[in-house]
Amino acid sequence: MSMKYIDEYRDRDLIIKLADLIAESAENDYAFMEVCGGHTAAIHRFGIPALLPDNIKLISGPGCPVCVTGTDYIDMAIACSQMGDVILATFGDLIRVPGSEATLEKMSEAGADVRIVFSGMEALDIARHNPHKKIVFLAIGFETTAPGTAVTVKQAEKEKIENFYILCAHKVMPPAMEAIVKEGTTINGFICPGHVAAVTGSLIFEFLPEKYNIGCVVTGFEPADIMQSLLMLIQQVNSKKPEVEIQYKRAVTYGGNRSAQLYMNEVFGYCDAYWRGFGIIKESGLTLNNDYKSFDAENFIPPTTKNYEEDKRCICPQILRGIKEPGDCPLFAKLCIPENPIGACMVSPEGACNTWFKYRVNL
Amino acid sequence: MCLSIPAKIVSIDGDMADVSIGGTIFKAGLHMIENPEIGDYILLHAGFAIQKISGQEAEETLRILREMDDAMNK
Repeated sequence: MSMKYIDEYRDRDLIIKLADLIAESAENDYAFMEVCGGHTAAIHRFGIPALLPDNIKLISGPGCPVCVTGTDYIDMAIACSQMGDVILATFGDLIRVPGSEATLEKMSEAGADVRIVFSGMEALDIARHNPHKKIVFLAIGFETTAPGTAVTVKQAEKEKIENFYILCAHKVMPPAMEAIVKEGTTINGFICPGHVAAVTGSLIFEFLPEKYNIGCVVTGFEPADIMQSLLMLIQQVNSKKPEVEIQYKRAVTYGGNRSAQLYMNEVFGYCDAYWRGFGIIKESGLTLNNDYKSFDAENFIPPTTKNYEEDKRCICPQILRGIKEPGDCPLFAKLCIPENPIGACMVSPEGACNTWFKYRVNL
Repeated sequence: MCLSIPAKIVSIDGDMADVSIGGTIFKAGLHMIENPEIGDYILLHAGFAIQKISGQEAEETLRILREMDDAMNK
């Protein structure tokens, strides 16, 4: 079946032509970071690296929310699942992420009520049907996902559903991008996350060319989108005129989706947040505003005090910062595989390790 | 996780819509979409429409891409 807005951007001849144009334009060495896990997955799924000359290097960044979620968050979710009167509602990606001692999947097998949902609204529906239980929605994701959580919380308030809560680990992208740049990783341009920008607008990236002289192209997720963006980034570097350009114009504007932003700003405020691989990044997380604090599951979750040592051989932290690649890890494809992930980057289908395992391990 | 898929609105009931992705129907919250209409394409993410897709801009991007293609063939 043909799919509008997808098939046109997978045109083989067009992509090969773009590859030729890229090869002609690439006169130096270039390192571009794709920030979004969705881009990491698309780049490898469509075999983009094989279409590029050797002097263009693509680096995966910190844009997989599952990968940057801390062990303490999983521990809190697990503690929550043990409270007896709680139903946990989570996106499927999270259930196999290792906490200190277990995963949500293992807790579910042991009898905890953990349910996979596709949206906050489904979690709210569970709350409607289980008035004597507390329903805790594990709210993770970037600016793309946070507005949906905000709508859900407002809906719960409107309907006076008092057994619905969220455990909030929503994060915002720009502070993590700035952390990477400040660390000194060599990046000549960012392939910016198109669906984050559909909500926020491209303006959130303006500080990168202004403060750090690094170009940005807000990019769609089909192969022609990615190839066109690479060409645009190369041209920016060649002309020494870094700026924020939008390749993904069918979904992204300068100002973004105002209505989504209003929901997000009403329900959430900024807080310092922990990112796996980075530690605490200032003002990089979202937390419920005072008017909505009653929906915060942290109000009743018992404190967790586990001192967990992550496997020191796992290089997820360096991979998330763009310093190393999955192939550099001694565990990769040996001890750490999708069926038995040691680090979070192997768990999520958008994690760099998982993606490499699927598409590159036999190359 | 920021995966969002183009979906076509096939029916609207208040803030909720049925949307079609290649013929399969999903529920989508329209809370963040101004003036949604049946036939509009939206980006579906985690149960919500996060943005309308602009058919005009989509055509423009394709036109630019095809012109690059033509320029190379000359």
